Amino acid sequence: MRGQEARDQAERKAAMATLAQSSGDDIVRLWNEAGLPSQAELLRGPETGLVTLRGRIGGGGAPFNVGEATVTRATVRLPSGQVGHCYALGRDKQKAKLAAIADALWQDPARRAEVETRLIAPLRSALTVAHEKRRAETAATKVDFFTMVRGED
Amino acid sequence: MYVAVKGGEAAIANAHGLLADRRRGDRSVPALRLDQIVEQLALGVDRVMSEGSLYDRELAALAIVQARGDMIEAIFLVRAYRTTLPRFGYTRPIDTGAMLVERRVSATYKDLPGGQLLGPTFDYTHRLLDPELATGADVAEPLQRAREAEPMPRVSAILAREGLIEPDGKMPQDHIPGDITREPLEFPMARDIRLQALSRGDEGFLLALGYSTQRGYARNHPFVGEIRIGEVELELDIPELPFAVPLGTVRVTECQMVNQFKGSAKAPPQFTRGYGLVFGQSERKAMAMALCDRALRASELGEDVVAAAQDEEFVISHSDNVQATGFVEHLKLPHYVDFQAELDLVRRMRAEYEARENPAKAEETKEAAE
Repeated sequence: MRGQEARDQAERKAAMATLAQSSGDDIVRLWNEAGLPSQAELLRGPETGLVTLRGRIGGGGAPFNVGEATVTRATVRLPSGQVGHCYALGRDKQKAKLAAIADALWQDPARRAEVETRLIAPLRSALTVAHEKRRAETAATKVDFFTMVRGED
Repeated sequence: MYVAVKGGEAAIANAHGLLADRRRGDRSVPALRLDQIVEQLALGVDRVMSEGSLYDRELAALAIVQARGDMIEAIFLVRAYRTTLPRFGYTRPIDTGAMLVERRVSATYKDLPGGQLLGPTFDYTHRLLDPELATGADVAEPLQRAREAEPMPRVSAILAREGLIEPDGKMPQDHIPGDITREPLEFPMARDIRLQALSRGDEGFLLALGYSTQRGYARNHPFVGEIRIGEVELELDIPELPFAVPLGTVRVTECQMVNQFKGSAKAPPQFTRGYGLVFGQSERKAMAMALCDRALRASELGEDVVAAAQDEEFVISHSDNVQATGFVEHLKLPHYVDFQAELDLVRRMRAEYEARENPAKAEETKEAAE
């Protein structure tokens, strides 16, 4: 049971990470294609505020405050009772609301598979493609050192 | 006698109208879109985010347009906007070791795990103006290369194995990171607070100070241990959830400066370090920040404080360009009454001076005046 709970939590967090990283346009498009329900009671927000970003001295030392970033959050309740949350960088209120609904739907066992396959999976694969492209473009700028051998003959 | 004067309302309103017109410029030229600025003036946007201390590309782009490209004005606008928003909390510290790296170079090790990745850099360009850019010619897609999955440890970790470099900066166990947006500056200050001030400090000011350390004012023999640029994930602990909620990713630049150190009464000979971390792709700023961070550790490391870059109060009090521009630019606002008072004073002093230096002439002048 505990293991299952931890796995669920990790999967839910991964879904939230995917939603937070995806653009509002992509979420809206897939939402409409999948015909996911967008009925929900707004318990909070969507509202924009700040988080203070922390780094670590030397990369791994004591934390320090670097600066702020805009974040938009929303909390919703579905007619079936699940409460969903979203906190995402930026000021896209529509995105925050839909992502909160997606989080709530994800918690409904009857809906989870649909949310995962119709919304999260395509978003995640688009992000993976974009990341891989960026990695490959960066890799092309990797320096290959070679030694010049001075010919003696 | 003091007489209150009002006026200038119409002039101010018309000046703002004129500003709006000049900002827009020739109407036959298409208006800039924010996405054009975000995409094509990305490093300017990064600077506004870094010194405005607000990570939001579109807002920084809007500020740049509104400020007609005046970066300090744009930074000012962003700082002012920031104060209108509620605060949701402090993120967990970012892990730059887990960065999606877009550039990573080291000047201390040629062959390091993960390699030297040049990324989108101006280095090794010839700095010749490119007329083709003016024609809007198409740009080829960049090359891609299949990559080996290779970890990319921070260089500081590699040097640490030999025990010849100091560890990442520690603070006392129960230390809560200071926040200059919540509490006024107090000197002397802890390194964490200094770093926050430096991270949003003026690039030009920090660059000049960093340069001064290289030229011999607080010389500290720096090497770029590593610069890395890329995206890191942000997470926030919130009361509603039992786990940290992922917020998305931000691009940051990190600079690990490594400095030779001959030892002092307080510390043995070793490599010491300066650290830079700033929003966006801002390599020059991160390097300058790291140089200043190291110079400002003089007292901690038992070095003599002999140069401007080592003077904490001098550096930190003057690093904020919004404060600096506020105080310098306020000089152009009406000081009519102050000046009247000073004018009276100078007249009186001059009369006394004349009386001392040339009593006869002073008498004449006095009579003439009467």
